[in-house]
Amino acid sequence: MSRRVGVVVFPGSNCEQDMLEAMALVGAEPELLWHGDETTNGVDAVIIPGGFAHGDYLRPGAIARFSPVMAAVAEFAAAGGPVVGICNGFQVLTEAGLLPGALQKNRGLKFLCAPAELRVESTDSILTRSAEAGAVLQVPINHFEGNYTCDAETLAQLRDENRIVLRYVDNPNGSVDDIAGVCNAGRNVVGLMPHPERATSELLGSTDGLALLRSIVA
Amino acid sequence: MDDAIHRSLGLTDEEYGDICRIIGRDPNHLELAMYAVMWSEHCSYKSSRIHLKRLPTEAPWVLVGPGENAGVVDVGDGIAAALRIESHNHPSAIEPYQGAATGVGGILRDIFTMGARPIAIMDPLRFGPLDDPRSRWIAEGVVSGVSGYGNSVGVPTIGGETVFDETYKGNPLVNVLCLGLLPTDRLVLGQATGVGNLAVLLGSSTGRDGIGGVSVLASAGFSDEESDAEKRPSVQVGDPFEEKRLIEACLELLDARLVVGIQDLGGAGLACATSETASRGGMGMDVDVNAIPRREQGMEPFEVMTSESQERMLAIVEPADLERVLAICERWEVRAAMIGIVTPGPATGDADGGRLRILDGFDGDVLCDIPAASLHEDAPLYNRPCIAPASFDEATRTLGTEPMPESTDVAAELLELLADNRWVFSQYDHQLFLNTVEGPGGDAAVLRLKHPVTGVDTGRGMALTTDGNHRWCAVDPRQGTALTVAESLLNLACVGARPLAVVNCLNFGNPEHPEVMWQLSEAIDGMAEACVAFESPVIGGNVSLYNESLGSDIDPTPVVGMFGLIDSLDRRPPGVGLVNGGRLLLLGTTQPELAGSRWARARGHRGGRLPSIDFAEHLRVAGVTRSLVASGLLAGVHDVSNGGLAVALTEMAVRSNLGISAARIATVAELFSESPSRVILCVPPENIAAVENVCSGAGVPVSRIGVAGGDRISVKGLLDIPLADAVSAWTDRIPSALGAGTAQD
Amino acid sequence: MIFSVHVEVRLRPGIADPQGSTIERALPTLGFDGVKGVRVGKSIRFDIDAADESAARAEADDLCRRFLTNPVIEDAVIHVEAGAAAGATS
Repeated sequence: MSRRVGVVVFPGSNCEQDMLEAMALVGAEPELLWHGDETTNGVDAVIIPGGFAHGDYLRPGAIARFSPVMAAVAEFAAAGGPVVGICNGFQVLTEAGLLPGALQKNRGLKFLCAPAELRVESTDSILTRSAEAGAVLQVPINHFEGNYTCDAETLAQLRDENRIVLRYVDNPNGSVDDIAGVCNAGRNVVGLMPHPERATSELLGSTDGLALLRSIVA
Repeated sequence: MDDAIHRSLGLTDEEYGDICRIIGRDPNHLELAMYAVMWSEHCSYKSSRIHLKRLPTEAPWVLVGPGENAGVVDVGDGIAAALRIESHNHPSAIEPYQGAATGVGGILRDIFTMGARPIAIMDPLRFGPLDDPRSRWIAEGVVSGVSGYGNSVGVPTIGGETVFDETYKGNPLVNVLCLGLLPTDRLVLGQATGVGNLAVLLGSSTGRDGIGGVSVLASAGFSDEESDAEKRPSVQVGDPFEEKRLIEACLELLDARLVVGIQDLGGAGLACATSETASRGGMGMDVDVNAIPRREQGMEPFEVMTSESQERMLAIVEPADLERVLAICERWEVRAAMIGIVTPGPATGDADGGRLRILDGFDGDVLCDIPAASLHEDAPLYNRPCIAPASFDEATRTLGTEPMPESTDVAAELLELLADNRWVFSQYDHQLFLNTVEGPGGDAAVLRLKHPVTGVDTGRGMALTTDGNHRWCAVDPRQGTALTVAESLLNLACVGARPLAVVNCLNFGNPEHPEVMWQLSEAIDGMAEACVAFESPVIGGNVSLYNESLGSDIDPTPVVGMFGLIDSLDRRPPGVGLVNGGRLLLLGTTQPELAGSRWARARGHRGGRLPSIDFAEHLRVAGVTRSLVASGLLAGVHDVSNGGLAVALTEMAVRSNLGISAARIATVAELFSESPSRVILCVPPENIAAVENVCSGAGVPVSRIGVAGGDRISVKGLLDIPLADAVSAWTDRIPSALGAGTAQD
Repeated sequence: MIFSVHVEVRLRPGIADPQGSTIERALPTLGFDGVKGVRVGKSIRFDIDAADESAARAEADDLCRRFLTNPVIEDAVIHVEAGAAAGATS
């Protein structure tokens, strides 16, 4: 078991340092991956952190998905490597077609930075395998476009295949079926809007994110 | 030269004469435009400088005081904190989103100019009343602008109060404070040194947006629709994505020690940045106006030099480092262009040097040739007349003689004072960087203090608060400002912090009105008295004048930003809240005085004599509060400020969804008085004796005034309402008003 | 009578368009080398019940000025046509 975790930096990413700090807390050896490099640098897991890659101009993730590093990330994911997209990273993964669906503007049409409660719906994913099924986690959200949307067929498939890994207890943004996080068919690519790295210290109000981050390097 | 031109640029005949004397001839259009923007009220502080000198600015821990881009204090462990506050009032009045957004962008540049990574923003906002559609339009746009820019650029907005009042109708106050951290040894100044060094312009290209923008906009009030419309093209559009890349590129340049000086481009654009870096360094500078990347064709040199296009920085670099500088910029996709060369000045022994020359190509015609320092140091200094209002009795410091109205319905009077600002701050990312221990909504924001480069946690904390009170200052600007500083101190104490430094944003009306100048002068005296008493140096500030609408000056609104340290941050401070069965203790004594209170203003009363303050007593209360917060004996703590005991107790109740039962508050005046030096504690019963011992040991009066629990808010003999009524009044006021539709006119 | 209105909201000439320039900068990496002058705006459609076309236009104009745009930074181009927009629902 190896613990090298690559955190992708696009111009406009802003949670990359927080990810480094949080991943170090769970015993990983995190490092940054630059958007312009066509490689994941031999890491054991990739995290695409939050922020505003390319300013979120046009659509969140729309420009970032074409970065050279994303081709390498897609290859890494296809080979079964763990890839987690958080917030803007989730948006990038859906734009890149590595996860189904899309993230629309929040139902209230406002940016929302607030505490949220998440229920662990499936522990069969690289983000939730160390969490407890049914557990309710306090993990904050921080987004404008976090309203998860997909067509009925995709939703049925996600449900049937148990790929909705996290749901909001009290839906803050209008996401279909209260979805906070989903995984791909291989269960090695996960996207979620909430920020587990912000729930890693009692001083900051919650340590519930640690179980999720531990899963990445479990 | 047509003498109408200088007047239309806002220069007086005397000022024009000064310019002619300084350069020994009539200025050309380019030179005149540069003097006009640099000598505007906004850039030169010509009306306020004479008074600002009275503020205390020194302390052993102050590394950089007022006058630089930001004040800097030493916070220990090899870390320094840079702090600055600014206003963006006038641009926000006409284009709220972009006005607020570019305000955030500007303050961030002031901070990373010092070599500091910006780590937190505070936004004190003041708008017209919620029942006015245009004020709602402004409020929604400003909050969206702060959110849109601040979140995207990646700096958390951790606090700042939001106030709605008639006095700000048509003239919002959009102030923004930024805190940054740097390794003490990386401190850089905005100066150009070394003859032959290069001036490199980083960031956005230069466009016509904001030609004379800040300067002209900030120096004239809004009189009517017509002139409003004429001023419109001066508003700029912010680009947080550009700024984010600019921050990363500049900090990397500083880390690599590749710049000898760096300066942001704000008001007056390149005219200011080139002349200021040169004159601070005691040098001159040659600038090739053609080398400046432009967004539009056909721009005149005066447009290029005074444009306030956003997201630009001027770095002074040694020629040998230019290539590495350009490479780092390219990596961050930041445009970089060598536009100037540092030339000799008085500091090099060249008495004839120190010229700022704007050239049409480095070998081309000289378009402007003036002493660089004259744009700053020779700016006019006015001692404008100051006259107290006729209704102010200076002997007793009492405004007017109108009697205080009677209370008719205490419950209703309380409910109308409640408002939760969550609608505002939930739109701000307040958690980025994993520092935020106490975010917006508390008495003060609390951050972990981590080393800005190594990330090592010092185990200590930082606290920030911004406070302003136009109601107090309208009654007595001197006492009102002193009380405001005192409130900041107590806010810090409530999270366990001791003060280190103050920055101020002085929002006032038209300085050509003698009453406004009196207010400004008095406010500065009040601030000086309090800051001296609290050993809190003023390390920077901003003066925003001409805040008026249709000829009516706003109430004087000095906003205080206070920064403090928490010596040991091993647990979360108790915060504004209650526990069931907790006993309510009041530190300090209540003066039954309603003058200047929110209760009085809501009844239409605007005069009287403000409560007094005993600075020594105040420091004792703050000291006891600080040690109690650190002791872990408290379940909740809240200072008593606007709305008095009534609002402070109710806020504790609604935030915990727990009732309270209070007594020993005898009168409506005691209930709503805003007299200073008071703190409410919620103490678990088993800790009461210990807490009272600490208070009596320090000579601070403490009284038991009630208990937390139940589902009513009651004050014996005065008030008894269901908790749910208070919760809904508090929760619903802002969202229901701002969801009610807006209009630009 | 019903008129369909199409409003194009654009940033005024000379106003910075960060979104447009960011998109433009990204295009060459996708192989679109010749694309220049990208500007991003908004498109808004609605129907107006008015006496005649000029009344409809006047109302749309007022709506743009007071609400849909901020004339400080934005211009609007207004297209008015008789008849409800195809596919419009009420």
